[in-house]
Amino acid sequence: MKRVVEGSEAVAEAVRLARVNVISAYPITPQTHIVEFLSEYCANGTMDARFLRVESEHSALAALIGTATTGVRSFTATSGQGLALMHELLHWTSGARLPIVMAEVNRALAPGWNIWVDQTDSLAQRDTGWIQLYCEDSQEVLDTIIQAYRLGELVDLPVMVVLDAFFLSHTYEPVDVPDQKLVDDYLPSWEPKFQLDTEKPCAFGPLVTPAFYMEMRHAIAGAMEDALEVFPRVEDEFEKIFDRRYGEIEAVSCNDAEIILVTSGTATSTSRLVVENLRAKGEKVGLLKIKLFRPFPVELVRKVLAPAKKVAVIDRNFSFGASGIFAQEIRAALCNTMKHPPVFGYVAGIGGRDVTADVIEDIYRRAKASDFPEGESVWVGLQEN
Amino acid sequence: MNIVENFDLYAPRLVDKEEYFSAGHRACQGCGEALAIRMMCKALGSDTVIVNATGCMEVVSSFYPTTAWNLPWIHVAFPNAASVGAGVEAGLKVLRRKGKIADRDVKTVCIGGGGGTFDIGLQALSGAMERGHDMLYACFDNEAYMNTGIQRSGATPFGASTTTNPAGRASSGKGEWKKNITEIIAAHGVQYAATACHSYPLDFMNKVKKAREVKGPTFIHCLAVCPTGWRIPSEACIKMGRLASETGIFPLYEVENGKYRMTIKPEKLRPVGDYLKAQGRFRHLTPEDIERIQEKVYQEYNKLQDKVNNLHAWSELK
Repeated sequence: MKRVVEGSEAVAEAVRLARVNVISAYPITPQTHIVEFLSEYCANGTMDARFLRVESEHSALAALIGTATTGVRSFTATSGQGLALMHELLHWTSGARLPIVMAEVNRALAPGWNIWVDQTDSLAQRDTGWIQLYCEDSQEVLDTIIQAYRLGELVDLPVMVVLDAFFLSHTYEPVDVPDQKLVDDYLPSWEPKFQLDTEKPCAFGPLVTPAFYMEMRHAIAGAMEDALEVFPRVEDEFEKIFDRRYGEIEAVSCNDAEIILVTSGTATSTSRLVVENLRAKGEKVGLLKIKLFRPFPVELVRKVLAPAKKVAVIDRNFSFGASGIFAQEIRAALCNTMKHPPVFGYVAGIGGRDVTADVIEDIYRRAKASDFPEGESVWVGLQEN
Repeated sequence: MNIVENFDLYAPRLVDKEEYFSAGHRACQGCGEALAIRMMCKALGSDTVIVNATGCMEVVSSFYPTTAWNLPWIHVAFPNAASVGAGVEAGLKVLRRKGKIADRDVKTVCIGGGGGTFDIGLQALSGAMERGHDMLYACFDNEAYMNTGIQRSGATPFGASTTTNPAGRASSGKGEWKKNITEIIAAHGVQYAATACHSYPLDFMNKVKKAREVKGPTFIHCLAVCPTGWRIPSEACIKMGRLASETGIFPLYEVENGKYRMTIKPEKLRPVGDYLKAQGRFRHLTPEDIERIQEKVYQEYNKLQDKVNNLHAWSELK
């Protein structure tokens, strides 16, 4: 049924539809609406789940490692500082091979205390072994959370579904909220391989010496590779029932494009409009949206970008001392191809500043005007002193 | 007084013969903590899930691919045993309600060392106690970060020399008093909190059994003598636990629904010097230092005795 819902409600509806057993979370702006909706569902019986109102984000994820090890479907949501506090246990979740799903509402890290969108919080967790999926609109958020359980439970890895603060979490859009029956057909109950069970005692989280540790890590690397294979199957099954798919990446007008813009999150929607307008003026521009960030779909990205003359990556994040993080990944993906276009890195929209159509068009014009990147990253829209 | 009179006669009938924490773990010789855990598990029985904070017991018992545990066991990082325990309790409840596991009363039992409980794990512990999870949290307190090599913690007693608070010309060891963790947890209004020591096995196991019966959060603070960290011979482990009680340094008591009770009450407290002088970690203390500790011990003991004499169970209060 189509309803006009807030992005946060789309998350909560997906969690309800996925028949999550335990939610454990700590409130932080801009994630709060998600946990408020879920608390209401638990309070009024719409959802048959236990809500653990823990005393910190670190405990939120610790508790879920406990619940998931007993073998029940588990969910949390956080943002910015909260995700940073969870960091230790992000590694633990993937190492323990638990398919916990988290909604991560991108929020800028302090100081400057800032509650607005910035992807550095989630991108700084790229090496923690979580699958990461960046969403563009509320429908995609809802669908992706349901898919995340399917994907995570098939490869035994946790999944972070990432959405922009306010632009997505607090914006109302029409969303198709599917019937429970259809979601049940799509998402079977989770059958964990090992559980905390007094009938069959197992030990979880032991001391592991160099004789075994490396193999365990290698197995996680293998599961990430499996996730690349499994993702399209998860989407195929989803499309059959719901008639929607998103792709690991989405290429818009890229076939004959000379300059391809690369985006993620809500900046993609604005970029779609800019590309359409520029195309109407005869500009050979394309757009590549990155949804699946971990595992990074290197082959798919290469295939789209390699034929272009220039690539312009828009990063709403920054790695100090290096560059925008998507730009790094794109450069790394392209460098082992024999012939590839130069990658222009642009940093925009940091800490919730608008990435308007004008900003995006300016980025396109800049990339078009120079033969080679001025530097690893160009910050656009900075105020002049 | 002899609290284990006729021990040989009664113990086999009182104590489970099943071993849940088995031989083959890698604890030091004379480890009080390993002994205490073995006793605790016997008191708990097989319907138990153990959640272990990082620390000595985690490291010595779980050397992959071996395990000393015959109970389901999970270790997740250092600061959060109580949070993981909260999750385990919640998960098991869901499974039980949905009929996915046998409808048995499985108890979630968190264990942590002094540092994992007094310091880094205190927030998670406080949260879990406040939320009222059905779990026992047992702290095995060996009074320093022993796993990492005898570093000072909030559980380290005044005057003890540790590797991060060594006694020297300008220092006489730790300059601060030990936190009173049992009072901190009792202040959460839990139904049962107690102190215990492996040197009084039946007292300890009775307390574990009492805690297990409560449907809600409970806490046991078990003094775990560490010969390695305390600089004592390994065979002195049991004796040192006894001296801790006999000097009043570590009184054994319980708080049940608000009512305080001394479970082991020495007729007359021995001087603290008997305890302090037997341990290498206190070797540097001057007679003045010992006198200062003696005064504090009397003061704390009297405070406790005052609670025992004057505080009533909640049900008796209007």
